[in-house]
Amino acid sequence: MAAVDHAAHPPVANQSSRVDARTLGMFLFIASEIMLFGSFFTIYFFVRVSAGTPWPTPPYQLPVFVAGMNTIILVTSSFTMHWALQSIKRGNRSGLKAGLVLTFLLGLTFLLTQVLEYSRIGFAPYTDAFGSVFFGLTGLHGAHVFVGLTLLAFAAIRAFRGHYTEEEHHGVEIPGIYWHFVDVMWIVVYTTVYIL
Amino acid sequence: MNNPLRSEGDAFRFLLGTVVYFALIAIAGVINAWAGLVVFIVLSVGVVWWWWRSREPEAPVQASPVRSGPEGERRILVVANETVGGEPLLDQIKQLASQGNTRVLVVTPALNTPLRHLASDEDSARAQAQERLDRSLAELDRNGVQASGEVGDGDPLQAIEDALRTFGADEIVISTHPEGRSNWLERGVVSSARERYAVPIHHVVVDLGDRPS
Repeated sequence: MAAVDHAAHPPVANQSSRVDARTLGMFLFIASEIMLFGSFFTIYFFVRVSAGTPWPTPPYQLPVFVAGMNTIILVTSSFTMHWALQSIKRGNRSGLKAGLVLTFLLGLTFLLTQVLEYSRIGFAPYTDAFGSVFFGLTGLHGAHVFVGLTLLAFAAIRAFRGHYTEEEHHGVEIPGIYWHFVDVMWIVVYTTVYIL
Repeated sequence: MNNPLRSEGDAFRFLLGTVVYFALIAIAGVINAWAGLVVFIVLSVGVVWWWWRSREPEAPVQASPVRSGPEGERRILVVANETVGGEPLLDQIKQLASQGNTRVLVVTPALNTPLRHLASDEDSARAQAQERLDRSLAELDRNGVQASGEVGDGDPLQAIEDALRTFGADEIVISTHPEGRSNWLERGVVSSARERYAVPIHHVVVDLGDRPS
């Protein structure tokens, strides 16, 4: 058998997925994050359902209303994030900057409100299993909000420095995907921990 | 697998769906715990049903292989498992190879059983494919066609894809058994290859039962 005479140059990199590799990377990262949250929700399930721990443990009360307001703030920030990306896709740089700054401020408001609530809530992670799970889940989410805010800050700084165009805006799209994920997780956390 | 989330827009719509989904469950759950459970089940089944119904097979993107080799050289990729010995395929290859400066690469997919494939046990499949390839190249050589060859992936479409990455064919010849006996035809290998690759693809049917002994 004759040997195959391969081309002098290396073969072209194969892109089997039609999703941009950077965007796909973020979605895969989010998939791993969902597993992390899943492990925390497993603990929640065992503590609340299997062990039958009262939720919340008397005499404590959860700040349902404030957390509800925080939920509205966070969901609104997803709208501003979406607006920012749609703006740069249409070449509207002012909309991009305004959208990113508003998203950042709304996210920061959410985080500061949560910190304030932590200081007033009356129980601590070491109080009991309920406290551990509450601070574990909301704290894990808060850490993700902090990461999201960092990404948004970089995106906003770059936007003000003239980066991003109608064609090239991955630096906005990828933090946007992450931000929506953070919002989705909060919806799940708020419903399961505060409401149900 | 068709990934439903591909962009920020998809993620944003997913968020809106999540808000509606959990809002309905929470409202029902606050009114009555059992109502919340029922709404949760109904919505979950509805979402799965909607996702299942809305799935559509994704049409492949047709792409031209990257041109390889010196200028003026035609490259013919022949994908055949055990049918190179058949007259129709030999005639087709001879005809294509007779047109000036032509280079022929024969790829023989290492066909394997699903169980062995799952267990990554490919050694015997590749050894058998190598034997078939050697016989095929010898047959071509006897007929005056100089060809090179390689053993390819067990999936003929993947074998074509791999060969195109390094060989870059101008034309592809796929040889199969006749309709009804061809596993490749049943799986739509030829039609799928035509959908994927923007090069002429010749399908040659070889009935080894008609081969003179």
